[in-house]
Order: sequence, then structure tokens, then C-alpha cells
Amino acid sequence: MSARIGDSPRRADGPPKVRGDFAYSSDLKAGGMLWGATVRSPHPYARILAIDTTEARALPGVLAVLTHLDVPGRKLYGLEIQDQPVLAMDVVRCWGEAVALVAADHPEHARRAAQLVRVTYEVLEPLTDPERALTDDAPRLHPGGNITRYVKIRHGDQKARADVVVNGEYEIGMQDQAPLGPESGLAIPDSAGGVDLHVATQWLHVDRDQLAGILSLPPDKVRLRLAGVGGAFGAREDLSMQAHACLLALRTGRPVKMSYSRPESFVGHVHRHPGKLIYEHGATREGKLVYVKARVLLDGGAYASSSTAVIANACCFAVGPYECPNATVDGWVVYTNNPPCGAMRGFGSVQNCYAHEAQMDKLAAALGMDPVELRKRNAMKTGSRLITGQVVEGSAPVAELLDRIKKMPLPSPLPPQGAGLGRGARKVDLTQLPGGVSNTTHGEGVVRGVGYAVGFKNVGYSEGFDDYSTARVRLSVVNGRPRAEVHTAAAEVGQGLVTVQAQIAATELGVSDVVVLDADTQVGSAGSSSASRQTYVTGGAVKAACEAVRERVLALAQSEIGGSTGARLESDAVVSSRGEVMVTLGTLLGDAVIEETREFRPRRTHRLDSETGQADAHLQYAFAAHRAVVDVDIELGLVRVVELATAQDVGKAINPQAVEGQLEGGAAQGLGLAVMEEIQVKDGVIRNASFTDYLLPTILDMPPVRMDILELGDPHSPYGLKGVGEPPTISSGPAIVAAIRAATGRPITRVPVRPHDIVDT
Amino acid sequence: MNGRPRVAEDVWEGTNLLGVLREHMDLPGSKNACEQGECGSCSVYLDGRLVCACLVLAGQAQGRDIRTVEGLASAGVLHPVQEAFLEAGAVQCGFCTPGLVVATHDLLTRTPQPTTMEIREALAGNICRCTGYAKIIDAVHLAASRMRP
Repeated sequence: MSARIGDSPRRADGPPKVRGDFAYSSDLKAGGMLWGATVRSPHPYARILAIDTTEARALPGVLAVLTHLDVPGRKLYGLEIQDQPVLAMDVVRCWGEAVALVAADHPEHARRAAQLVRVTYEVLEPLTDPERALTDDAPRLHPGGNITRYVKIRHGDQKARADVVVNGEYEIGMQDQAPLGPESGLAIPDSAGGVDLHVATQWLHVDRDQLAGILSLPPDKVRLRLAGVGGAFGAREDLSMQAHACLLALRTGRPVKMSYSRPESFVGHVHRHPGKLIYEHGATREGKLVYVKARVLLDGGAYASSSTAVIANACCFAVGPYECPNATVDGWVVYTNNPPCGAMRGFGSVQNCYAHEAQMDKLAAALGMDPVELRKRNAMKTGSRLITGQVVEGSAPVAELLDRIKKMPLPSPLPPQGAGLGRGARKVDLTQLPGGVSNTTHGEGVVRGVGYAVGFKNVGYSEGFDDYSTARVRLSVVNGRPRAEVHTAAAEVGQGLVTVQAQIAATELGVSDVVVLDADTQVGSAGSSSASRQTYVTGGAVKAACEAVRERVLALAQSEIGGSTGARLESDAVVSSRGEVMVTLGTLLGDAVIEETREFRPRRTHRLDSETGQADAHLQYAFAAHRAVVDVDIELGLVRVVELATAQDVGKAINPQAVEGQLEGGAAQGLGLAVMEEIQVKDGVIRNASFTDYLLPTILDMPPVRMDILELGDPHSPYGLKGVGEPPTISSGPAIVAAIRAATGRPITRVPVRPHDIVDT
Repeated sequence: MNGRPRVAEDVWEGTNLLGVLREHMDLPGSKNACEQGECGSCSVYLDGRLVCACLVLAGQAQGRDIRTVEGLASAGVLHPVQEAFLEAGAVQCGFCTPGLVVATHDLLTRTPQPTTMEIREALAGNICRCTGYAKIIDAVHLAASRMRP
């Protein structure tokens, strides 16, 4: 592939994916392979009195049954706080918690054996109300109490008063990432007590390090290789089956595969935090924000996962991309016996965007001002200060994004009411109406609304977390032609990272043959495919390694054929500043191999001050704005999203087609939370753990997305790029809810919006 | 199976067609995303009709004509539908792709020049979590234009 940055080549992993022979983690096999199954708790909170594995062990085909007693190393794991048992010990804290493991020669034998593991529980009253978790009368679910993290931001004058004040309370439901590929992988033991794990994950090295501790093995005896990943969106940041498959493989001495069913997947990964947000906005009569007070409460569920970072985001960006001189933010994320929550695309900025954007619309109404105009008057720009005190560097085109979506053409208007009724009625296309072919309306009771929202978040890790990636680049001559091999541990989860790495290498080395090797732990850590960071950080590492290779090639050319200032690599050759080929790489290199490994570390960030929440805590910000057009059947409470429009600053589009794919796909997940998707939890139990009952947007639900992609650069990042993946999921949903409010005149303070939020029942 | 008779041995009675394809026929292209007929990731032809392989019991498939995503490309040359999915950027993680490719193949066999609404109707049983569907619609139009007789 010779495509360079700014091109949109076909994905390198595309042909096997369309043929059906791309090897996803759930497709893997090995000779003599066993199947693993997990025994899970039927209670959200219970004491374990006894575990009897006798019957399960006696079942034909069963090779091993393991409990926490069989975990040789660390019994607890977790991304930030090690609080989650590999297998439950004395207590289970959530429904579906893993209690025991089975390995058998057939998946059905494993499943039946799992049912025969007898666990005696003393059922406890679950703590399911996050408000109650804050109080002293709640049971303490973990030794340190129930507050996983409290974030306090005090910015500016805490006693500031304003001419106009609006208040609101908002509630966000629990969303599932619902990647189509199930949690799955294959663990293969070696003869020296080590293990190779082929797995779908977002971060090979953090899995490896956690596994080494759990298995009590040195890290070099735990080797991970990325299997095909069927989507991630945050769901693959924590361990799921990794430790379990390795434990079973090391115990039985045989390869063990685990692959979750869809219902098991719903308890196999963390979800987006549900939240309650209470806001007060104060502004001048001219519409300038004076202060924002916010109280944010996120339900972290039974285990911490990445909750401490999610609540930081929810608080740091609580005001939205606006200038606000005074802010008071208090945020808590708490333990409950609900399903554990952690990373999902947007990571804390999705929850607060619903609140701050509803507040901005409310404020505009109180001021009698156009909502877009109010936003523009307060829009953050380069040099603005966040409520954490950090000055915004690089582009921050909030007003411009709003201008652009406002100016985009609107879809054709609704036909007049009743046009589809009575004699002489025009033929109505039901698919264009709320309710669709259910034939619930021919246009009567349907009202159109238009809404706007803008949001932002950090790119990369924040608060001093060591953010870096590693790339090894090797240039050699294969069959007379130069070939560049790029090796990183970065997880391709569908976003197109493999293609982008090849584009960067082709650009930097001027070679047409670039091969991106499979990601594994034989090279240094790349960090996670999350936080919209991989093109920035791993892209930066690939660029740095290529530059080091290029320097050596040019030095070699200098010594072999003499100097030429301004020589560069292009079209598989060393080219002079006048564009003449000085020597081909094939001739210059011969049998030589030039290999360089580089770590790329963006500048450091700093932890929030615990009393004021002030710090230069973030690396980069990414901004997007959305306009939504909806039709609402106000008699039945049905919503059809007619169109989404978005403008986003991506700094520099390394692969424009992949950027568009992120904008469209991210908006679909935003639409899902706004009007469709919610994990229904009752008394700590998930009631809709299937794709029949958890509603994902289909091709009929998702409207066209008008896009305006700005490339305004960034002074610090490679090529001036910005993270792209998450902003589309932040403001798309709030724009839809704003449009529903505009259509119905109702406050709508909870998402996902349900029919009974629109219609009195 | 994709034009050739195949025999699967030792199939547990409760296995569905998807399990036979994936575990006994070495045809893992049909995917296991929901296993209850909601997501379309395991779409295959059964006697020329589009079905979810997860909803067909293995025994029901005995002696019948099955065509999977692996049977669409011929002699290493991608089918125009597969080409169009690649070119339009309709593939991200790709887990839904085999099912969508088969469902699109079926649509274009029945309706060679579908409207956007016909495409939406025909693919409503195929869930994609990555793309937001826009580039899938582009891909179907592109394939239709290339396959025009």
C-alpha cells in the first residue's frame, strides 16, 4: 500500500473481513482444545457459605472445576483500584459475578457442569440506590467505603450572583457498548509453565500485567496476541475471560477457549455509568454565563473499573465548551450492587453534555434568546480557561462549529397535517413517519422539532497517567523492493488503526510496500485503544520510529554516494531536493536491515488538586456540534430522528473516509442512548440482557448525517491531528433530546426518552 | 454446502446450523453475535432463502442447499458486493459484515436497483454497531450500479 496521510485507501484488514475469513477471537481453534464456562452469581449481593464442585467434576467430559482457591497469585484485579475478585471469595457484589470455572471437552458439557456447581449463598439486601450509597446507613460494600471517588472543583468567585438563574435535574440511563463480537479468546499453555493468550482486547499490556499478577508468573511467561476484535467502545478495557481461560489452560495443560453468549456478555463487561446531575446556571441579561453549580452522581456499580477517571471527566467538562468564570462542581462515583460501570465512548462527557446543553436551552428560553446565539456568546476559544484553570491551546472553534451546523440546509418539511387522510389523500410513505410501517399515524399528531448541542472532551489520558506508545519499524529489501514493517501493540478494534499506521509509514519512508504486523506483547506497550488517543499516540510512535529509520537511511546514502542537502525518501528511493532519484532503496540497502524502536510520549498532564480541582490535567480537547431534526408523534410518544448534522474539528484527517465512519457511527451510538438504549436494572438484576430486549439502532432508525469536517490543526500533535472517535457520541444525543423538547414543549429530563416521557399516561 | 456435499460427524442434537458451520465445517464467516435472530450476523442462504443460521436446527439443514459468505467470492475474486463494501468504507470492525454482504447479495438478486428505502427495509435485520449504516447504504448503491446487467 502506498497511500499516504490524507488518503482513504482500502483497509488492509478489509478483504478477509468481507470474505468471512478474518479470524476473530471467537473463531479461534487449537488441537485438543477444551471449552471453558463460568458459574455466575444469581444474586446481586450475597455471602458465599459453601461451594460444592463434586457433581460438576463427576460429569463426563469435565477436565477441571476451579474456584478462588485455585487462583495462584493476586485474587483481586482492576484498572485503577484492585477491588474485583478473579473468582468470588466470601461475597458476591453484583448479579452475574464469576464464582467458579469449568473446562470440558464440549461447550455443552461445560455449560451443564457449570449448572452442577452448587453454591450456597446467604442472600443479602442489595444496595441499589446510589444516593443511599452516600449515606452512613448503607452497607459498606468495600473496605474503603462506598465512595469510589469524590471530585471537587472550585473555580473563581464561589459567591457570584447572576441576573438570570435556571435550575435543572437530569437523569441518564445505563448504556451498553454492545460490540457485536462477544468476549472471547483462546489460551494455550506452553511446556515451561507459561501461556499464550489470543484475545480481543483494547490494551494487550495492561491485560498482560494483570494476568501475570493473577497467575503468579513473570510477565514474559504471559504472552498476548491480539485476535480479531469485533468492536470495543470501552467494553474491552477490563478483563473478562482472560484470566479465567489462562487459569483453566494452565490447570489442564490443554488449550482452552472461552466465548460468551450475548446474555453473558451483558454481565461480562462494564457499562456506561447511569447518572443524576443537578445544575444551576446563572447568567447576565446579555447572556454571558456568570456561574455554574453542578452536582454529579454516577453509579459505579459493584467494582471500580475506570470510575475514578470517568467522574473526573464528568466534572472537568461539566460546564461544556463554554467560558464560565465561576464554577462549583461536586462529583461522586459510588459503589452499589448494580452492574459495574466503566469506560464507554465519551467517558463521562456524554452524561454531563445532556445536562449542560439542556441548561443552555433553558437559559436561552429564560433570556428570550436564540439557543445557538447564547452558545456562541459563551463559546470557548483558544486561550479560554477551563473550570479547572487550564488554558485551552490549539484550535477551539466552538462558535464556528455552531455557525456551520446552523447554516446547513434543513431536510424538506413535514407534509401538512392530515395530508394522508380522507378522500384525495396523498399516498403517505409510512417509513418516513414515527412508528414507521406499524402504521400508527399518517401524519396526524406529528410535530417536527430542531435542536442543537455542542460538546467536548479530552483526548488521551489525563491527570498525570503515563501516556505513551511504542513502535518498531524495520526497513529491508524483499525481492528487490524495499519493505517497511511496522510493529506495535496497538489494538485495531475496527477504527482503522492498522491502515493509519501503514499510511504514516508510507508517508515518512516513501515506500510503497508497508506491512503492519499483528499486535502482540513482543513489542512495548501502545496504551489502550480508548480516549480517542491511538492515532495521536501510536501514530506518533510510528512516525518517530520512521523518522529514526529515515535518518539512518539518509546517513547511509550520504556515506555511500555523497551528500545532497535536502535529500528525502520518495517512491522507494532517495531523491534529491530537485526531485532526481539519487539511488533506489533496493540498491542502497542491499542486504542491510535498518530497524528502530521509539516510544512516543506526549507532554505530561497533572492530577487535579483535591480541594480546588485546578490543574493542567489534560492533553488535548476535541470538539463537535450537532443539529438534530426529529418528528414526534405527540399522541403516541413515538420519535423518528429525521436527520443529524454535525461539524467537528479533527485537526488533520489522516484517513478522511475513516473519519467520516467515526462521525457517523459515533452519532448512531449517541442516538441510541437518546431514544432507544437502556440496560433495565431492577433490584440489581439486568432484565434485558439480549439483543431482543436491549434495543440497538438499526438501519431504519439511523438517519443520514450531514458532515462538515474541519482540519484546523494542533500545534503539539503529530501532523496536527486531533482524536476523532468520541466527540460524535457526546453531543448527538443531546441535540436529539433538544429537538424533542422543541417539538413537544416538554422538559424531558431523562434519557433514553420513552413514550411516557412525551405523552401523559 | 457452497455447492459441494459435506458431511458433519458427531454433531450434538441441540446444535444449530450456525454451530455446524463454525465448529464442524470450518466456515466461521457466519458470526455469533446474538444467537437469537436479532442481529443478522449469521445470515446464510438455505435453499436460496435468506435465513439466520442461528435459528435453524442443524438437523433441519440436512440434505439442503446452503450458501454462506465463504461461497460468494469465486476463485479468489471478490464478489462486487464485497468489493463495494470495501470501497465505500462500509467495514469497520467487520463482525456484521459477512451477514450484511449475504443480505445485500440477496437484495440485489431480487431487486437489482433498490431505492435507499428498499435498502433500509431489506437490511433492517442486520445490526451494525460501528458504522452508523451510511456507508453500508453507499456500498449497496455502488454494488447495484456495478452489477447492472
